[in-house]
Amino acid sequence: MGIRLNPKTTQKIAKAVIWSAAILVLFLLFSIIIYILSKGIPHITWQFLTQIPSDMGRSGGILSTIVGTLSVTLVAIIVATPLGVGTAFYLTEYTRESTITKIIRFSAESLAGIPSIVYGLFGFIFFVIYLKLGWSILSGGLTLAVMILPTIIRTSEEAIRTVPPMYREVSFSLGGTKWQTMIKVLIPSALPGIATGIILGIGRCVAETAAVILTAGSALQMPTSLFSPARTMAVHFYILASEGISLEKAFATSALLIILILLINIGANLLVNKFVAKGH
Amino acid sequence: MLQGLIHKMKRLGERFPQSLFFIMALSALSALALITIFIFIEGIPLIVKVGFFNFIFGMKWAPSLGQYGIFPMIVGTVLVTLGAIILGVPIALCCSIFLAEFAPRKLSNLVRPAIQLLAGIPSVVFGFWGLIFIVPAIRNYLGGPGLSILAGSIILAIMILPTVISISEVSLLALSPLLKEGAFALGATHWQTIRSVLLPAAKSGILASIILGIGRAVGETMAVIMVLGNAVALPSSILDPARTLTTNIGIEMGYASGDHQQALFATGIVLLVIIMLLNSIAQYAIRRK
Repeated sequence: MGIRLNPKTTQKIAKAVIWSAAILVLFLLFSIIIYILSKGIPHITWQFLTQIPSDMGRSGGILSTIVGTLSVTLVAIIVATPLGVGTAFYLTEYTRESTITKIIRFSAESLAGIPSIVYGLFGFIFFVIYLKLGWSILSGGLTLAVMILPTIIRTSEEAIRTVPPMYREVSFSLGGTKWQTMIKVLIPSALPGIATGIILGIGRCVAETAAVILTAGSALQMPTSLFSPARTMAVHFYILASEGISLEKAFATSALLIILILLINIGANLLVNKFVAKGH
Repeated sequence: MLQGLIHKMKRLGERFPQSLFFIMALSALSALALITIFIFIEGIPLIVKVGFFNFIFGMKWAPSLGQYGIFPMIVGTVLVTLGAIILGVPIALCCSIFLAEFAPRKLSNLVRPAIQLLAGIPSVVFGFWGLIFIVPAIRNYLGGPGLSILAGSIILAIMILPTVISISEVSLLALSPLLKEGAFALGATHWQTIRSVLLPAAKSGILASIILGIGRAVGETMAVIMVLGNAVALPSSILDPARTLTTNIGIEMGYASGDHQQALFATGIVLLVIIMLLNSIAQYAIRRK
Protein backbone atom coordinates (compact mmCIF):
# COMPACT_ATOMS: atom_id res chain seq x y z
CA MET A 1 0.00 0.00 0.00
CA GLY A 2 2.85 2.40 -0.82
CA ILE A 3 1.12 5.56 -1.96
CA ARG A 4 -2.18 6.67 -0.47
CA LEU A 5 -4.24 8.25 -3.16
CA ASN A 6 -6.53 11.10 -2.45
CA PRO A 7 -10.11 9.67 -2.20
CA LYS A 8 -11.23 12.11 -4.89
CA THR A 9 -8.59 10.79 -7.30
CA THR A 10 -9.51 7.17 -6.51
CA GLN A 11 -13.13 8.04 -7.14
CA LYS A 12 -12.25 9.46 -10.55
CA ILE A 13 -10.18 6.39 -11.51
CA ALA A 14 -12.89 3.99 -10.32
CA LYS A 15 -15.54 5.88 -12.22
CA ALA A 16 -13.46 5.83 -15.41
CA VAL A 17 -12.83 2.06 -15.10
CA ILE A 18 -16.50 1.34 -14.49
CA TRP A 19 -17.68 3.48 -17.39
CA SER A 20 -15.16 1.86 -19.73
CA ALA A 21 -16.28 -1.64 -18.67
CA ALA A 22 -19.86 -0.74 -19.55
CA ILE A 23 -18.78 0.75 -22.86
CA LEU A 24 -16.70 -2.36 -23.63
CA VAL A 25 -19.70 -4.64 -23.08
CA LEU A 26 -21.92 -2.53 -25.32
CA PHE A 27 -19.16 -2.36 -27.92
CA LEU A 28 -18.83 -6.18 -27.94
CA LEU A 29 -22.59 -6.62 -28.26
CA PHE A 30 -22.95 -4.19 -31.12
CA SER A 31 -19.84 -5.36 -32.93
CA ILE A 32 -21.17 -8.95 -32.96
CA ILE A 33 -24.65 -7.89 -34.10
CA ILE A 34 -23.50 -5.40 -36.72
CA TYR A 35 -20.87 -7.77 -38.11
CA ILE A 36 -23.35 -10.64 -38.57
CA LEU A 37 -26.07 -8.37 -39.99
CA SER A 38 -23.78 -6.56 -42.43
CA LYS A 39 -22.34 -9.83 -43.76
CA GLY A 40 -25.66 -11.66 -43.85
CA ILE A 41 -28.40 -9.24 -44.88
CA PRO A 42 -27.14 -8.82 -48.49
CA HIS A 43 -27.65 -12.58 -49.00
CA ILE A 44 -31.18 -12.67 -47.61
CA THR A 45 -33.30 -12.72 -50.75
CA TRP A 46 -36.85 -13.77 -51.48
CA GLN A 47 -35.53 -17.06 -52.90
CA PHE A 48 -33.48 -17.64 -49.75
CA LEU A 49 -36.61 -17.39 -47.63
CA THR A 50 -38.93 -19.38 -49.88
CA GLN A 51 -36.84 -22.20 -51.34
CA ILE A 52 -35.93 -25.54 -49.84
CA PRO A 53 -32.18 -26.07 -49.34
CA SER A 54 -30.44 -28.19 -51.93
CA ASP A 55 -26.96 -29.72 -52.17
CA MET A 56 -26.59 -29.89 -48.33
CA GLY A 57 -27.52 -26.22 -48.07
CA ARG A 58 -24.91 -24.99 -50.55
CA SER A 59 -27.66 -23.63 -52.77
CA GLY A 60 -31.37 -22.94 -52.53
CA GLY A 61 -32.93 -21.32 -49.48
CA ILE A 62 -33.74 -22.28 -45.92
CA LEU A 63 -37.53 -22.64 -46.01
CA SER A 64 -37.59 -26.11 -44.47
CA THR A 65 -35.43 -24.94 -41.56
CA ILE A 66 -37.73 -21.95 -40.97
CA VAL A 67 -40.66 -24.36 -40.86
CA GLY A 68 -38.62 -26.64 -38.56
CA THR A 69 -37.84 -23.79 -36.16
CA LEU A 70 -41.46 -22.60 -36.09
CA SER A 71 -42.87 -26.07 -35.48
CA VAL A 72 -40.57 -27.16 -32.63
CA THR A 73 -41.06 -23.74 -31.01
CA LEU A 74 -44.83 -23.98 -31.35
CA VAL A 75 -44.90 -27.45 -29.77
CA ALA A 76 -42.70 -26.23 -26.91
CA ILE A 77 -44.87 -23.17 -26.22
CA ILE A 78 -48.16 -25.07 -26.42
CA VAL A 79 -46.91 -27.63 -23.91
CA ALA A 80 -44.93 -25.39 -21.56
CA THR A 81 -47.34 -22.42 -21.28
CA PRO A 82 -50.25 -24.15 -19.51
CA LEU A 83 -47.87 -26.12 -17.27
CA GLY A 84 -45.81 -23.04 -16.39
CA VAL A 85 -48.76 -20.70 -15.82
CA GLY A 86 -50.61 -23.43 -13.86
CA THR A 87 -47.57 -23.91 -11.64
CA ALA A 88 -47.37 -20.16 -11.08
CA PHE A 89 -51.04 -20.03 -10.06
CA TYR A 90 -50.57 -22.93 -7.71
CA LEU A 91 -47.54 -21.26 -6.09
CA THR A 92 -49.19 -17.86 -5.70
CA GLU A 93 -52.93 -18.42 -5.26
CA TYR A 94 -53.57 -21.91 -4.01
CA THR A 95 -51.05 -22.57 -1.32
CA ARG A 96 -48.99 -21.05 1.44
CA GLU A 97 -45.22 -21.26 1.53
CA SER A 98 -44.47 -24.80 2.62
CA THR A 99 -42.06 -27.64 2.02
CA ILE A 100 -43.86 -28.53 -1.20
CA THR A 101 -43.60 -25.01 -2.65
CA LYS A 102 -39.93 -24.99 -1.67
CA ILE A 103 -39.40 -28.27 -3.52
CA ILE A 104 -41.26 -26.97 -6.59
CA ARG A 105 -39.21 -23.75 -6.62
CA PHE A 106 -35.99 -25.67 -6.12
CA SER A 107 -36.90 -27.95 -9.06
CA ALA A 108 -37.68 -25.02 -11.33
CA GLU A 109 -34.46 -23.22 -10.42
CA SER A 110 -32.45 -26.41 -10.92
CA LEU A 111 -34.06 -26.98 -14.32
CA ALA A 112 -33.05 -23.44 -15.29
CA GLY A 113 -29.41 -24.26 -14.63
CA ILE A 114 -29.20 -27.59 -16.46
CA PRO A 115 -27.01 -27.27 -19.58
CA SER A 116 -28.79 -27.61 -22.90
CA ILE A 117 -26.61 -30.56 -23.93
CA VAL A 118 -27.96 -32.47 -20.91
CA TYR A 119 -31.50 -31.63 -22.08
CA GLY A 120 -30.41 -33.03 -25.42
CA LEU A 121 -29.22 -36.28 -23.83
CA PHE A 122 -32.43 -36.56 -21.84
CA GLY A 123 -34.68 -35.76 -24.82
CA PHE A 124 -32.82 -38.32 -26.90
CA ILE A 125 -33.06 -41.17 -24.42
CA PHE A 126 -36.57 -40.35 -23.16
CA PHE A 127 -38.57 -38.96 -26.10
CA VAL A 128 -36.64 -40.32 -29.09
CA ILE A 129 -35.78 -43.80 -27.77
CA TYR A 130 -37.94 -44.68 -24.74
CA LEU A 131 -41.23 -43.15 -25.93
CA LYS A 132 -40.31 -44.17 -29.51
CA LEU A 133 -41.08 -40.74 -30.97
CA GLY A 134 -37.92 -40.87 -33.09
CA TRP A 135 -35.97 -37.80 -34.16
CA SER A 136 -38.98 -35.60 -34.71
CA ILE A 137 -40.58 -32.21 -34.28
CA LEU A 138 -42.49 -33.69 -31.35
CA SER A 139 -39.34 -34.95 -29.56
CA GLY A 140 -37.55 -31.65 -30.18
CA GLY A 141 -40.54 -29.56 -29.10
CA LEU A 142 -41.15 -31.56 -25.92
CA THR A 143 -37.47 -31.32 -24.96
CA LEU A 144 -37.56 -27.55 -25.47
CA ALA A 145 -40.80 -27.39 -23.48
CA VAL A 146 -39.02 -28.82 -20.43
CA MET A 147 -36.14 -26.42 -21.03
CA ILE A 148 -38.28 -23.25 -21.12
CA LEU A 149 -40.64 -24.34 -18.32
CA PRO A 150 -38.64 -22.55 -15.57
CA THR A 151 -38.61 -19.27 -17.54
CA ILE A 152 -42.40 -19.36 -17.93
CA ILE A 153 -42.96 -20.33 -14.29
CA ARG A 154 -40.74 -17.51 -13.00
CA THR A 155 -42.12 -14.70 -15.16
CA SER A 156 -45.74 -15.79 -14.63
CA GLU A 157 -45.25 -16.03 -10.89
CA GLU A 158 -43.79 -12.52 -10.78
CA ALA A 159 -46.63 -11.23 -12.96
CA ILE A 160 -49.33 -12.75 -10.75
CA ARG A 161 -47.65 -11.54 -7.56
CA THR A 162 -47.61 -7.95 -8.81
CA VAL A 163 -51.40 -7.87 -9.29
CA PRO A 164 -52.53 -5.62 -6.39
CA PRO A 165 -54.31 -7.60 -3.63
CA MET A 166 -57.15 -5.12 -3.87
CA TYR A 167 -58.19 -6.59 -7.25
CA ARG A 168 -58.72 -9.98 -5.62
CA GLU A 169 -60.55 -8.49 -2.63
CA VAL A 170 -62.95 -6.55 -4.82
CA SER A 171 -63.70 -9.64 -6.87
CA PHE A 172 -64.28 -11.77 -3.75
CA SER A 173 -66.46 -9.10 -2.18
CA LEU A 174 -68.63 -9.09 -5.28
CA GLY A 175 -69.21 -12.79 -4.68
CA GLY A 176 -66.70 -14.02 -7.21
CA THR A 177 -65.28 -17.48 -6.62
CA LYS A 178 -61.57 -18.19 -6.67
CA TRP A 179 -61.86 -19.64 -10.18
CA GLN A 180 -63.87 -16.64 -11.47
CA THR A 181 -61.40 -14.26 -9.85
CA MET A 182 -58.57 -16.03 -11.59
CA ILE A 183 -60.16 -16.10 -15.05
CA LYS A 184 -61.69 -12.62 -15.00
CA VAL A 185 -59.29 -10.63 -12.81
CA LEU A 186 -55.89 -12.21 -12.34
CA ILE A 187 -55.20 -13.55 -15.83
CA PRO A 188 -56.11 -10.31 -17.63
CA SER A 189 -54.00 -8.14 -15.32
CA ALA A 190 -51.05 -10.54 -15.31
CA LEU A 191 -51.26 -11.16 -19.05
CA PRO A 192 -48.44 -8.84 -20.22
CA GLY A 193 -46.10 -10.44 -17.68
CA ILE A 194 -47.11 -13.96 -18.70
CA ALA A 195 -46.71 -13.01 -22.37
CA THR A 196 -43.21 -11.72 -21.65
CA GLY A 197 -42.28 -15.14 -20.27
CA ILE A 198 -43.68 -16.84 -23.36
CA ILE A 199 -41.76 -14.51 -25.66
CA LEU A 200 -38.52 -15.13 -23.77
CA GLY A 201 -39.25 -18.86 -24.09
CA ILE A 202 -39.69 -18.46 -27.85
CA GLY A 203 -36.32 -16.71 -27.95
CA ARG A 204 -34.62 -19.60 -26.18
CA CYS A 205 -36.23 -22.14 -28.53
CA VAL A 206 -35.17 -20.24 -31.64
CA ALA A 207 -31.59 -19.89 -30.39
CA GLU A 208 -31.15 -23.44 -29.11
CA THR A 209 -28.88 -25.85 -30.93
CA ALA A 210 -27.44 -28.59 -28.72
CA ALA A 211 -30.77 -29.83 -27.35
CA VAL A 212 -32.55 -29.79 -30.72
CA ILE A 213 -29.88 -31.46 -32.81
CA LEU A 214 -30.06 -34.57 -30.57
CA THR A 215 -33.86 -34.72 -30.50
CA ALA A 216 -35.27 -33.29 -33.75
CA GLY A 217 -32.35 -34.45 -35.88
CA SER A 218 -30.86 -32.53 -38.76
CA ALA A 219 -32.80 -33.75 -41.80
CA LEU A 220 -33.08 -31.11 -44.51
CA GLN A 221 -36.38 -32.28 -46.00
CA MET A 222 -39.53 -30.30 -45.46
CA PRO A 223 -41.23 -31.74 -42.37
CA THR A 224 -44.69 -33.13 -43.12
CA SER A 225 -46.00 -34.08 -39.67
CA LEU A 226 -45.19 -33.86 -35.97
CA PHE A 227 -43.33 -37.12 -36.37
CA SER A 228 -41.03 -35.90 -39.16
CA PRO A 229 -37.44 -35.13 -38.30
CA ALA A 230 -36.55 -31.49 -38.81
CA ARG A 231 -33.58 -29.15 -38.86
CA THR A 232 -33.96 -25.77 -37.17
CA MET A 233 -32.28 -22.58 -38.40
CA ALA A 234 -29.78 -22.58 -35.54
CA VAL A 235 -28.80 -26.19 -36.27
CA HIS A 236 -28.59 -25.42 -39.99
CA PHE A 237 -26.34 -22.45 -39.29
CA TYR A 238 -24.11 -24.58 -37.06
CA ILE A 239 -23.73 -27.27 -39.72
CA LEU A 240 -23.13 -24.75 -42.52
CA ALA A 241 -20.49 -22.91 -40.51
CA SER A 242 -18.69 -25.77 -38.78
CA GLU A 243 -18.53 -28.04 -41.82
CA GLY A 244 -17.62 -25.14 -44.08
CA ILE A 245 -20.48 -25.89 -46.49
CA SER A 246 -21.31 -22.33 -47.46
CA LEU A 247 -20.10 -19.23 -45.66
CA GLU A 248 -22.53 -17.05 -47.61
CA LYS A 249 -25.59 -19.10 -46.57
CA ALA A 250 -24.22 -19.35 -43.02
CA PHE A 251 -24.04 -15.56 -42.75
CA ALA A 252 -27.52 -15.14 -44.20
CA THR A 253 -28.99 -17.73 -41.81
CA SER A 254 -27.30 -16.20 -38.76
CA ALA A 255 -28.43 -12.72 -39.79
CA LEU A 256 -31.99 -13.98 -39.97
CA LEU A 257 -31.60 -15.56 -36.52
CA ILE A 258 -30.26 -12.30 -35.10
CA ILE A 259 -33.15 -10.32 -36.65
CA LEU A 260 -35.63 -12.75 -35.08
CA ILE A 261 -33.93 -12.50 -31.67
CA LEU A 262 -33.91 -8.69 -31.94
CA LEU A 263 -37.63 -8.63 -32.71
CA ILE A 264 -38.36 -11.06 -29.88
CA ASN A 265 -36.39 -8.94 -27.40
CA ILE A 266 -37.98 -5.70 -28.53
CA GLY A 267 -41.41 -7.32 -28.19
CA ALA A 268 -40.65 -8.55 -24.68
CA ASN A 269 -39.38 -5.12 -23.63
CA LEU A 270 -42.41 -3.30 -25.02
CA LEU A 271 -44.63 -5.66 -23.04
CA VAL A 272 -42.63 -5.15 -19.85
CA ASN A 273 -42.85 -1.37 -20.25
CA LYS A 274 -46.58 -1.60 -20.86
CA PHE A 275 -46.86 -3.73 -17.73
CA VAL A 276 -44.89 -1.19 -15.70
CA ALA A 277 -46.82 1.76 -17.18
CA LYS A 278 -50.09 0.17 -16.10
CA GLY A 279 -49.05 0.92 -12.57
CA HIS A 280 -48.04 -2.49 -11.28
CA MET B 1 -82.22 -31.19 -2.69
CA LEU B 2 -81.57 -29.60 -6.06
CA GLN B 3 -80.02 -26.65 -4.29
CA GLY B 4 -77.79 -28.98 -2.33
CA LEU B 5 -76.67 -30.62 -5.57
CA ILE B 6 -75.88 -27.26 -7.18
CA HIS B 7 -73.96 -26.28 -4.09
CA LYS B 8 -72.00 -29.54 -4.23
CA MET B 9 -71.27 -29.02 -7.94
CA LYS B 10 -70.07 -25.52 -7.23
CA ARG B 11 -67.76 -26.73 -4.50
CA LEU B 12 -66.47 -29.45 -6.79
CA GLY B 13 -65.90 -26.80 -9.46
CA GLU B 14 -63.83 -24.86 -6.97
CA ARG B 15 -61.88 -27.88 -5.81
CA PHE B 16 -61.17 -29.10 -9.32
CA PRO B 17 -58.79 -26.24 -10.29
CA GLN B 18 -56.84 -26.66 -7.09
CA SER B 19 -55.99 -30.28 -7.82
CA LEU B 20 -55.42 -29.46 -11.50
CA PHE B 21 -52.95 -26.71 -10.57
CA PHE B 22 -51.27 -28.99 -8.08
CA ILE B 23 -50.71 -31.60 -10.80
CA MET B 24 -49.35 -28.91 -13.14
CA ALA B 25 -47.10 -27.64 -10.37
CA LEU B 26 -45.56 -31.09 -10.15
CA SER B 27 -44.37 -30.77 -13.77
CA ALA B 28 -41.06 -29.12 -12.90
CA LEU B 29 -40.33 -31.64 -10.17
CA SER B 30 -41.24 -34.61 -12.38
CA ALA B 31 -39.14 -33.24 -15.24
CA LEU B 32 -36.14 -32.88 -12.94
CA ALA B 33 -36.67 -36.40 -11.61
CA LEU B 34 -37.06 -37.89 -15.11
CA ILE B 35 -33.93 -36.13 -16.37
CA THR B 36 -31.86 -37.35 -13.43
CA ILE B 37 -33.23 -40.91 -13.56
CA PHE B 38 -32.85 -41.40 -17.31
CA ILE B 39 -29.35 -39.94 -17.52
CA PHE B 40 -28.21 -42.02 -14.55
CA ILE B 41 -29.80 -45.25 -15.86
CA GLU B 42 -28.02 -44.81 -19.19
CA GLY B 43 -24.66 -43.79 -17.76
CA ILE B 44 -24.16 -45.77 -14.55
CA PRO B 45 -23.62 -49.21 -16.19
CA LEU B 46 -20.58 -47.91 -18.03
CA ILE B 47 -19.11 -46.24 -14.94
CA VAL B 48 -19.54 -49.58 -13.13
CA LYS B 49 -17.99 -51.47 -16.03
CA VAL B 50 -14.96 -49.20 -16.39
CA GLY B 51 -14.65 -48.43 -12.69
CA PHE B 52 -15.45 -45.06 -11.12
CA PHE B 53 -11.79 -44.18 -10.55
CA ASN B 54 -10.71 -45.16 -14.08
CA PHE B 55 -13.57 -43.19 -15.56
CA ILE B 56 -12.97 -39.95 -13.67
CA PHE B 57 -9.17 -40.05 -13.52
CA GLY B 58 -8.46 -42.04 -16.70
CA MET B 59 -6.18 -40.13 -19.06
CA LYS B 60 -7.16 -41.95 -22.23
CA TRP B 61 -10.41 -41.49 -24.16
CA ALA B 62 -10.41 -43.94 -27.06
CA PRO B 63 -13.92 -45.30 -27.62
CA SER B 64 -12.76 -47.59 -30.45
CA LEU B 65 -10.38 -49.31 -27.99
CA GLY B 66 -12.94 -49.34 -25.19
CA GLN B 67 -10.99 -46.78 -23.16
CA TYR B 68 -13.11 -44.21 -21.41
CA GLY B 69 -11.18 -41.79 -19.19
CA ILE B 70 -12.55 -38.26 -18.91
CA PHE B 71 -9.82 -36.61 -16.85
CA PRO B 72 -8.52 -34.48 -19.77
CA MET B 73 -12.08 -33.19 -20.30
CA ILE B 74 -12.46 -32.35 -16.61
CA VAL B 75 -9.19 -30.40 -16.78
CA GLY B 76 -10.38 -28.72 -20.01
CA THR B 77 -13.67 -27.70 -18.40
CA VAL B 78 -11.95 -26.33 -15.30
CA LEU B 79 -9.38 -24.33 -17.30
CA VAL B 80 -11.84 -22.84 -19.79
CA THR B 81 -14.24 -21.92 -16.99
CA LEU B 82 -11.49 -20.42 -14.85
CA GLY B 83 -10.35 -18.31 -17.79
CA ALA B 84 -13.91 -17.15 -18.44
CA ILE B 85 -14.33 -16.14 -14.80
CA ILE B 86 -10.99 -14.29 -14.64
CA LEU B 87 -11.79 -12.35 -17.81
CA GLY B 88 -15.55 -11.95 -17.42
CA VAL B 89 -16.28 -11.36 -13.74
CA PRO B 90 -14.38 -8.06 -13.25
CA ILE B 91 -16.03 -6.59 -16.35
CA ALA B 92 -19.43 -7.88 -15.26
CA LEU B 93 -19.07 -6.48 -11.74
CA CYS B 94 -18.04 -3.07 -13.08
CA CYS B 95 -21.07 -3.20 -15.35
CA SER B 96 -23.44 -4.03 -12.51
CA ILE B 97 -21.99 -1.20 -10.39
CA PHE B 98 -22.41 1.05 -13.43
CA LEU B 99 -26.08 0.12 -13.77
CA ALA B 100 -26.90 0.25 -10.07
CA GLU B 101 -24.88 3.32 -9.07
CA PHE B 102 -23.35 5.44 -11.82
CA ALA B 103 -25.58 5.35 -14.88
CA PRO B 104 -28.27 8.02 -15.19
CA ARG B 105 -31.69 6.35 -15.04
CA LYS B 106 -32.40 6.88 -18.73
CA LEU B 107 -29.09 5.34 -19.74
CA SER B 108 -29.47 2.30 -17.50
CA ASN B 109 -32.93 1.75 -18.95
CA LEU B 110 -31.27 1.47 -22.37
CA VAL B 111 -28.25 -0.59 -21.30
CA ARG B 112 -30.26 -3.18 -19.38
CA PRO B 113 -32.23 -4.46 -22.42
CA ALA B 114 -28.98 -4.45 -24.42
CA ILE B 115 -27.44 -6.82 -21.89
CA GLN B 116 -30.59 -8.94 -22.02
CA LEU B 117 -30.13 -9.08 -25.77
CA LEU B 118 -26.61 -10.40 -25.24
CA ALA B 119 -28.20 -13.31 -23.32
CA GLY B 120 -30.55 -13.97 -26.24
CA ILE B 121 -27.94 -14.29 -28.99
CA PRO B 122 -27.67 -17.97 -30.02
CA SER B 123 -24.53 -19.62 -28.68
CA VAL B 124 -23.62 -20.84 -32.19
CA VAL B 125 -23.41 -17.20 -33.28
CA PHE B 126 -20.95 -16.45 -30.47
CA GLY B 127 -18.93 -19.49 -31.54
CA PHE B 128 -18.92 -18.40 -35.17
CA TRP B 129 -17.89 -14.86 -34.27
CA GLY B 130 -15.08 -16.26 -32.13
CA LEU B 131 -13.96 -18.50 -34.98
CA ILE B 132 -13.72 -15.51 -37.29
CA PHE B 133 -12.19 -12.90 -34.94
CA ILE B 134 -10.72 -14.43 -31.79
CA VAL B 135 -9.17 -17.63 -33.18
CA PRO B 136 -7.12 -15.99 -35.99
CA ALA B 137 -6.11 -13.14 -33.65
CA ILE B 138 -4.70 -15.64 -31.14
CA ARG B 139 -2.96 -17.61 -33.91
CA ASN B 140 -1.36 -14.50 -35.37
CA TYR B 141 -0.36 -12.62 -32.23
CA LEU B 142 0.19 -15.29 -29.59
CA GLY B 143 0.97 -18.40 -31.64
CA GLY B 144 -0.40 -21.93 -31.50
CA PRO B 145 -3.31 -23.20 -33.57
CA GLY B 146 -5.64 -20.42 -32.42
CA LEU B 147 -8.33 -22.95 -31.55
CA SER B 148 -7.51 -22.94 -27.87
CA ILE B 149 -8.47 -22.72 -24.22
CA LEU B 150 -7.89 -18.96 -24.41
CA ALA B 151 -10.34 -18.61 -27.33
CA GLY B 152 -12.94 -20.65 -25.40
CA SER B 153 -12.40 -18.54 -22.27
CA ILE B 154 -12.84 -15.27 -24.15
CA ILE B 155 -16.10 -16.40 -25.77
CA LEU B 156 -17.43 -17.78 -22.48
CA ALA B 157 -16.39 -14.61 -20.65
CA ILE B 158 -18.71 -12.68 -22.99
CA MET B 159 -21.48 -15.26 -22.66
CA ILE B 160 -21.56 -15.22 -18.84
CA LEU B 161 -21.76 -11.40 -18.69
CA PRO B 162 -25.59 -11.17 -18.70
CA THR B 163 -25.96 -13.71 -15.87
CA VAL B 164 -23.36 -12.12 -13.60
CA ILE B 165 -24.40 -8.54 -14.39
CA SER B 166 -28.13 -8.94 -13.84
CA ILE B 167 -27.93 -10.92 -10.59
CA SER B 168 -25.29 -8.70 -8.98
CA GLU B 169 -27.16 -5.59 -10.10
CA VAL B 170 -30.33 -6.89 -8.47
CA SER B 171 -28.48 -7.58 -5.21
CA LEU B 172 -26.93 -4.08 -5.26
CA LEU B 173 -30.32 -2.46 -5.90
CA ALA B 174 -31.93 -4.47 -3.12
CA LEU B 175 -29.73 -2.83 -0.47
CA SER B 176 -31.32 -0.36 1.90
CA PRO B 177 -30.73 3.27 0.82
CA LEU B 178 -29.85 3.99 4.46
CA LEU B 179 -26.50 2.22 4.01
CA LYS B 180 -25.51 4.66 1.32
CA GLU B 181 -26.86 7.72 3.11
CA GLY B 182 -24.99 6.72 6.26
CA ALA B 183 -21.71 6.42 4.39
CA PHE B 184 -22.25 9.73 2.60
CA ALA B 185 -23.08 11.40 5.92
CA LEU B 186 -19.73 10.22 7.25
CA GLY B 187 -18.08 12.03 4.35
CA ALA B 188 -17.23 9.02 2.18
CA THR B 189 -16.95 9.51 -1.58
CA HIS B 190 -19.29 7.57 -3.85
CA TRP B 191 -16.56 5.04 -4.70
CA GLN B 192 -15.54 4.61 -1.04
CA THR B 193 -19.19 3.93 -0.25
CA ILE B 194 -19.44 1.33 -3.02
CA ARG B 195 -16.20 -0.40 -2.10
CA SER B 196 -16.47 -0.42 1.66
CA VAL B 197 -20.23 -0.48 2.25
CA LEU B 198 -22.32 -1.57 -0.74
CA LEU B 199 -20.16 -4.37 -2.19
CA PRO B 200 -19.61 -6.06 1.20
CA ALA B 201 -23.33 -5.78 1.96
CA ALA B 202 -24.29 -7.34 -1.38
CA LYS B 203 -21.60 -10.03 -1.02
CA SER B 204 -23.82 -13.11 -1.02
CA GLY B 205 -25.82 -11.99 -4.07
CA ILE B 206 -22.63 -11.20 -5.97
CA LEU B 207 -21.18 -14.56 -4.98
CA ALA B 208 -24.35 -16.25 -6.25
CA SER B 209 -24.08 -14.39 -9.56
CA ILE B 210 -20.50 -15.62 -10.01
CA ILE B 211 -21.44 -19.20 -9.18
CA LEU B 212 -24.33 -19.09 -11.66
CA GLY B 213 -21.86 -17.65 -14.19
CA ILE B 214 -19.56 -20.62 -13.53
CA GLY B 215 -22.57 -22.88 -14.10
CA ARG B 216 -23.24 -21.27 -17.48
CA ALA B 217 -19.60 -21.57 -18.50
CA VAL B 218 -19.42 -25.23 -17.47
CA GLY B 219 -22.67 -26.02 -19.30
CA GLU B 220 -22.09 -24.18 -22.57
CA THR B 221 -21.55 -26.48 -25.54
CA MET B 222 -21.96 -25.18 -29.07
CA ALA B 223 -19.92 -21.98 -28.81
CA VAL B 224 -17.08 -23.89 -27.18
CA ILE B 225 -17.11 -26.69 -29.77
CA MET B 226 -16.44 -24.11 -32.48
CA VAL B 227 -13.39 -22.44 -30.90
CA LEU B 228 -11.76 -24.98 -28.59
CA GLY B 229 -10.15 -27.33 -31.12
CA ASN B 230 -11.58 -30.36 -29.31
CA ALA B 231 -8.34 -32.38 -28.96
CA VAL B 232 -8.52 -35.10 -26.31
CA ALA B 233 -5.21 -34.55 -24.54
CA LEU B 234 -4.08 -32.78 -21.42
CA PRO B 235 -3.39 -29.19 -22.50
CA SER B 236 0.00 -27.82 -21.50
CA SER B 237 -0.73 -24.14 -22.12
CA ILE B 238 -3.73 -21.89 -22.59
CA LEU B 239 -2.85 -21.71 -26.29
CA ASP B 240 -3.43 -25.47 -26.69
CA PRO B 241 -6.68 -26.92 -27.94
CA ALA B 242 -8.74 -28.86 -25.39
CA ARG B 243 -12.04 -30.61 -24.91
CA THR B 244 -14.65 -30.01 -22.22
CA LEU B 245 -17.25 -32.39 -20.76
CA THR B 246 -20.03 -30.73 -22.76
CA THR B 247 -18.17 -30.68 -26.07
CA ASN B 248 -17.25 -34.34 -25.61
CA ILE B 249 -20.97 -35.13 -25.64
CA GLY B 250 -21.78 -32.62 -28.39
CA ILE B 251 -19.16 -33.92 -30.81
CA GLU B 252 -19.59 -37.66 -30.39
CA MET B 253 -23.30 -38.08 -29.63
CA GLY B 254 -24.11 -37.92 -33.33
CA TYR B 255 -22.49 -41.25 -34.16
CA ALA B 256 -21.95 -43.04 -30.83
CA SER B 257 -23.63 -46.34 -30.00
CA GLY B 258 -23.39 -49.09 -27.38
CA ASP B 259 -20.76 -48.57 -24.69
CA HIS B 260 -19.58 -45.39 -26.38
CA GLN B 261 -23.04 -43.84 -26.13
CA GLN B 262 -23.32 -44.91 -22.49
CA ALA B 263 -19.94 -43.29 -21.83
CA LEU B 264 -21.35 -40.01 -23.15
CA PHE B 265 -24.32 -40.33 -20.78
CA ALA B 266 -21.81 -41.05 -18.01
CA THR B 267 -20.09 -37.78 -18.98
CA GLY B 268 -23.55 -36.21 -18.68
CA ILE B 269 -23.87 -37.56 -15.13
CA VAL B 270 -20.62 -35.84 -14.11
CA LEU B 271 -21.84 -32.62 -15.73
CA LEU B 272 -25.26 -32.86 -14.05
CA VAL B 273 -23.71 -33.44 -10.62
CA ILE B 274 -21.36 -30.46 -10.99
CA ILE B 275 -24.21 -28.18 -12.13
CA MET B 276 -26.59 -29.29 -9.38
CA LEU B 277 -23.89 -28.62 -6.77
CA LEU B 278 -23.18 -25.14 -8.20
CA ASN B 279 -26.89 -24.31 -8.37
CA SER B 280 -27.55 -25.42 -4.83
CA ILE B 281 -24.67 -23.31 -3.53
CA ALA B 282 -25.93 -20.30 -5.53
CA GLN B 283 -29.51 -20.71 -4.30
CA TYR B 284 -28.24 -21.02 -0.74
CA ALA B 285 -26.18 -17.83 -1.15
CA ILE B 286 -29.17 -15.94 -2.59
CA ARG B 287 -31.48 -17.03 0.23
CA ARG B 288 -28.98 -16.29 2.99
CA LYS B 289 -29.34 -12.50 2.77
